[in-house]
Amino acid sequence: MKAPLSWILDYVDLQGLSLEEIGQTLTMIGLEVEEITLVGLEKPQAERLQNKYSGLPWPKDKFVVAEVLEVRQHPNADKLTLCQLNDGTAEIIVLTGAPNLYPYVGKGRLEKPIKVAYVREGAQLYDGHQPGQVLTKLKKATIRGIDSSSMIASEKELGISEEHEGVIFLDDDAPVGMPLADYMGDAVFEVAILPNMARDASVLGIARELSAALGRPLRMPEGLEIRIGGEIEQKVGLQIREPELNPRFMLGLVEQVKAVPSPYWVRRRLALAGMRPIDALVDATNYTMLETGEPLHAFDYDLLCKRAGGKPTIITRRAEDGETLTTLDGANYKLTTETELVSDTKGPLSLAGVMGGEESGISHRTNSVLLEAASWNFINIRKTTSRYRITSEASYRFSRDVHPALAELALSLCLRRMQDWAEGSALEDVIDHYPLKREDTQNTLTESDMERLLGLRIPIEEAKSILERLGFTCELQDGVLSAVTPSNRTDIESGFVGKSNLIEEISRIYGYDRIPTTRLSGELPPQLGDRRVGFEETVRDTLVSIGLQDTLAYRLTSVQREARILPGAPAENGLEYVRIANPISPERTVMRRSGLATMFELIERNDRNVDGLSFFEIGPVFFPVEGQQLPDEPHRLTIGLWGKKRETGWSAEKPGEYGFFDLKGILEALFQGLHHESIVFDPSREIPTFHPGKSARLMAGEIEIGVMGEVHPLVRQNYDFMENPVLAAELYLDQMMALVDKGFKVNSISSFPAMVEDIALIVDDDIPARRVEELIWRAGGKLLKNVALFDLFRGEKIGAGKKSLAYQLTYQAFDRTLSVADAAAIRKKIVKTLAYEIGAVLRDS
Amino acid sequence: MIELETQLQNEQQVALENLQQLESPEALDAWKQTYLGKASLVMTTYGKMGTFSKEERPIIGRAVNAIKLALEAALSEKEVLVKRDALLKTMESERLDVTLPGFPVKRGRMHPVNLSLREIYRIFGDMGFQVYNSPEVETDDMNFTYLNIPPYHPARDMWDTFYTEKEGVVLRTHTSPGQIHAMREYFPNPVRVILPGACMRYEQQDQSHEIEFMQFELLVVDKGITFANLKGTMDDFTKRMFGAGAYTRLRPSHFPFTEPSAELDMSCIFCGGQGCGVCHGTGWIELGGCGMVHPYVLQNGGYDPEIYSGFAAGVGIDRTTLLRYQIDDIRYLRNNDIRFLEQF
Repeated sequence: MKAPLSWILDYVDLQGLSLEEIGQTLTMIGLEVEEITLVGLEKPQAERLQNKYSGLPWPKDKFVVAEVLEVRQHPNADKLTLCQLNDGTAEIIVLTGAPNLYPYVGKGRLEKPIKVAYVREGAQLYDGHQPGQVLTKLKKATIRGIDSSSMIASEKELGISEEHEGVIFLDDDAPVGMPLADYMGDAVFEVAILPNMARDASVLGIARELSAALGRPLRMPEGLEIRIGGEIEQKVGLQIREPELNPRFMLGLVEQVKAVPSPYWVRRRLALAGMRPIDALVDATNYTMLETGEPLHAFDYDLLCKRAGGKPTIITRRAEDGETLTTLDGANYKLTTETELVSDTKGPLSLAGVMGGEESGISHRTNSVLLEAASWNFINIRKTTSRYRITSEASYRFSRDVHPALAELALSLCLRRMQDWAEGSALEDVIDHYPLKREDTQNTLTESDMERLLGLRIPIEEAKSILERLGFTCELQDGVLSAVTPSNRTDIESGFVGKSNLIEEISRIYGYDRIPTTRLSGELPPQLGDRRVGFEETVRDTLVSIGLQDTLAYRLTSVQREARILPGAPAENGLEYVRIANPISPERTVMRRSGLATMFELIERNDRNVDGLSFFEIGPVFFPVEGQQLPDEPHRLTIGLWGKKRETGWSAEKPGEYGFFDLKGILEALFQGLHHESIVFDPSREIPTFHPGKSARLMAGEIEIGVMGEVHPLVRQNYDFMENPVLAAELYLDQMMALVDKGFKVNSISSFPAMVEDIALIVDDDIPARRVEELIWRAGGKLLKNVALFDLFRGEKIGAGKKSLAYQLTYQAFDRTLSVADAAAIRKKIVKTLAYEIGAVLRDS
Repeated sequence: MIELETQLQNEQQVALENLQQLESPEALDAWKQTYLGKASLVMTTYGKMGTFSKEERPIIGRAVNAIKLALEAALSEKEVLVKRDALLKTMESERLDVTLPGFPVKRGRMHPVNLSLREIYRIFGDMGFQVYNSPEVETDDMNFTYLNIPPYHPARDMWDTFYTEKEGVVLRTHTSPGQIHAMREYFPNPVRVILPGACMRYEQQDQSHEIEFMQFELLVVDKGITFANLKGTMDDFTKRMFGAGAYTRLRPSHFPFTEPSAELDMSCIFCGGQGCGVCHGTGWIELGGCGMVHPYVLQNGGYDPEIYSGFAAGVGIDRTTLLRYQIDDIRYLRNNDIRFLEQF
C-alpha cells in the first residue's frame, strides 16, 4: 500500500514528527515501511536512518509555482512554444514542447493564467525522455536559436508519476512564487500490509494506526448525508439471492455528471498511490477505495435503463453454468455456479467484487452514475480470483475480508466526491440491503491474562486506552476489561482466541521492546531424541575424516533427469513418483527417487574445474506407496568418486586415479567406523547403472543396504563426464541404522609378541578372494589375529587361469610367546584346508 | 729409569698437544695408532715390564697406566667433539628450502549449511531442546489447516506452494507442520524441540531466493511460557551464533499460527547497526518469524490453550549460513561448486 504523507495528514496530525519517525512508528507497530519515496520533501538529516529512502527532493530555490501568461509559437520549430511566465520574481520566457500548452498558442495574453511547476537552472530532476527514473541536471541550452535554461515540468520530471505527455496544470489557487515543495512536496510510505490487516490497505487505516500509536486524535472524512430508501427506489430495484456470498449491497445515484478531469491534488494523490487518474468519476471511486479500503463500482445508469427497457433491477446471484461476461479489461470469461455475479434482468454486469463488465461501465459519455458499495464473502472472492487468474485492487481488498460497515461510509464519501468533482447531483436517498448482519465480537481481558502470555503486567487502564485508540468500545469493571471490536475490522475473534487477538493488539501498540527478556526455566520434557540425527552425523563425520566432501542436494528433479542413470537414457523409467501439480520448470517436476542421479549431475558440473572429486550427500528420496497418502522418505547416502585421488603437487609420488577398490576401501572404512561387522560385497551383474563386472550389492545377511560400482560405459555416454572412471555408491541409511545395536566391545591387547609371516597361494582365477580369506580365517583358529592381502599376481609363471594371492598373516596368543613350531602348525593347517577346499597350492614351496 | 719416566711424560704432553689439532675421525685413528697402538711408547713399555727391577716395576706401571688412561680419556672426549662437528657438517648439506609447498593431503569438509546446522543443534542442545524431524512431503492439513491457515485464507498467499498431483498433499513450505507432529507425540508433557529440515516454495530463483531451503523451527509448550521467554531465547541464540555484539529486536508481524506474532531482527553484524549495503542502510537484518503459539494450534496439538502456552520461531539455516560466511548468492549452497565448497 502506497500512502502519501499529505493524504495521511488529512486524518491525523503529525506535527513535529520527521519522515524517519513516522516510518519507524509504522514499522514498529506492524506496518512495515519498505521504502519512503521522496516527492519533493527533503530526506531527514540524522546520523542513522533506519528507513530506506528514494525519490527526488525539490530544493525550494529551484522548484517554484509559476503562472503562464502567454504562449507563443517558437519561430524556428513547429512543435515548440515559448511561454511568457511569471515565477513570482519576474517575467521570463521559457521554452517548452508540452503538447497541452500548444492549444494556447496565439491566444495572446491569457485571461486566466495557467499555474505550473517551474524548475530553474541547475536543478536535479528526472529525465523526461528516458524510460524509468534517470537523474539529470537542468543546464542552459540553445534550442533552434533560442536560449533555454529553465523549464516547466511534467509529473515524470518531478517523480510524481510516469506521465510525460504534457506539463502539470496546477489548481487555479496555487500561489505563484511559492516553493513547490511547500505547495505540494510529499513523501510516499510504501507499507507492507499483513494478511490480517486488510483494514490498513487504506490511507484512513494507516492514519488510524498512527493515531493509536501516537495518541493523537483521528479526524474522519465527511461524506454526503444519506438516507435509506425514498426516491431512489423508483429508479432502481435490488435483489440479493445469496446473502452468504453477498451480505450487504448498497446503491446510490448521481445524475448529470460530467467526465471532467479531477482537481489536480486528487490526480496527484492517485498517481502517488500508484493509480492512474482517468476522470472525475473513475477517480472518485478509486480515491474513496484507497481512502477507506472499500472498493466501489460505478455503472452507467442510462445504459442499465436501456438494457432493462425501463427501471433496472440489480440482482446479485450465482452465475449459471456457461454464462459469459466480458470484463472491462476486454477479457472474456465462461462462468460457473461457483461465481458470484452482479447482474440485471438481462444478464451479468460484473464479476462481483473483482471486476466490472465492459458493457455497463461508465465512460466519458456517462450522464448518470449508479454507484455500488457492497460486501462479499472473501473466500468466494479468492476462489473466483484463483479460478480465473484475475486480480484487481478490488479483489485484493475483498479477498482479505472487508467489513460490511465500510460500504456505508464509502458510499457517502464517493457520492459527495462525484458531486463535487464531476459537477453531478447526488441523491441523498440510497438503497441498502443488509441481509446478513455482521456481529462485532466482544471480549474480556484482565491483567493476569496479559501477564500469562507476555510475561509482563501491562496496566489495564493502559490496555483500555490503546484499544480505544484503535476504535474498540471499552468498559472497565473490577479489573475486567470488556472490548467490542470496531466495525472496521474483521480479524478479532471471540473466546480464548479473541483474548489472544486483543493481547496482540495491545502489545504491538504498547511496544514489543518494552516487554522484558527472560530465559526459559521449568521442567524439561522427556528425552525422546532422534536416533537418525546422531547416526547420520556419525556417517558424515566418518566420511569427512577420510577426505570426502559433503554436499547438499535439491529434492526436485525430473523423470528424464533420473532416467539418465540408465543405459540409453530412456524418456521414462517406469517408476512411480511424487509428481508436482504446478512445477516451476520442466527440470523440476518430481521429487527425486535416486541419490545417484543427483551425484552424477554434481560430478558432471564440477569435473572441468578440478583433477579429482570425492563427494558424498545425505538426504531423502521419495517413494509413493500404494494405499498411503504420503510417500515414504527413506534417507540415502550417496558417494561419488572421479579422477585423481589428491592434488598432484611436486612430490615424486604421483597420485593415482580413483578405481573400484578405492570406493570399496572408503565403504569398508565407513563400515568399520560404524562397527557394522560382516557387510558383504556381493558381485552383481544386474544393477543397470553399473558396469556388470565392476559392481556389487552390499548385503548385511539377507538385507540389502546399498549398491556400488563403476558407472556403466553406456550410462557414461548420457553424461558429459571428463575421461577417467566414475565410481559411485548409494547406501540405504535407514537399513544401515537398523544394524547398529547399542554399542560394540573393545578387544584386549596381548602383552606377548606377535608373529608375522607371509604366505602366497595359487588358486583358480574364478575363486573369489573373499572365499580364500574366509577359509584362511576358518583354518587359522583363534591364534590367527590378522589376514592382510598384500599382492595379487597373474602371469605365465603360475600358469593360465590361475592367480597368486599373497597374504601377511599375524599370529598371537594371550598366554605365551608363540614358537616357530606353533606358527608352522597353523600354517600347515591353513595350507591343507585351502588345498582341500579350493585346490590352492603354496607358491614357491 | 728416570729417563723412561721423563720420556713417558714427554710422550703424554706431545700426544695431547697433537690431539688438539686433529679434526677428522681418520686423523683420530692415526693418532690412536701412534700413541696407543702396538708400536707406541705406552704399549711397548707394557711389553718391556719384565725387564724392570722389582722396585722399578710398580713405579713405571703406575706411570704408564696413568698416561694410558689420560690419553684414552682425551681421545674419547675428542671423538665426541669431532663426531658432532661431522654431524653438523652433514646437516648443513641436508638443508631444505622450507618455503617449498607441502605435499597435498586430501581433506574432507562439511557442507556450510550442515556446519551451521550443527552449530544450531549445539546451541539449542545447551538450552535443552531436542531435535525432532518430520516429513518433507506433507498433507495440506498439517502444512496449513492445523496451523490455522484454512483453505482460501488470505494468509495462504504468504506461501507459494508446490502441490503434488495427489489431492491434499503438498511439499511442505515451512517446518511448522512439525509443531503439530511434535505436540501430538509429547502430549501431555512439556515440549522443547528444534525442528530442522528442507522446505520447498514456488519461487523464481535468484541471488536471494531458492525453491528449496533449510529452515529450523523452535517450539516450546508448557504452563507459563511467555513472550518474554521468546525474546530471551532468541537473543541468546543470536549472540551465540553471531557473536556477543549482536542484539535483537522483535517487530510486530502476522503469522496465522502465532498470536502475538513478530519478526526477529538482528543488529547488522557487518556494520554494527550503523547501516551498510548488507542491511540496506537500516542497521537491521531479518532473521525469521516468531510468536506465541496460536490457541488453535495448541488445541490441534492436544494442549488446552487456557492452561498451556508456548512460543515458536522459524529461522532460515541457509540465510544464517549466508550471513555467517558473507556469501552473496544463495544458489551457491545447492550448486555444490567444488570451488565454493573448498573454501570451508
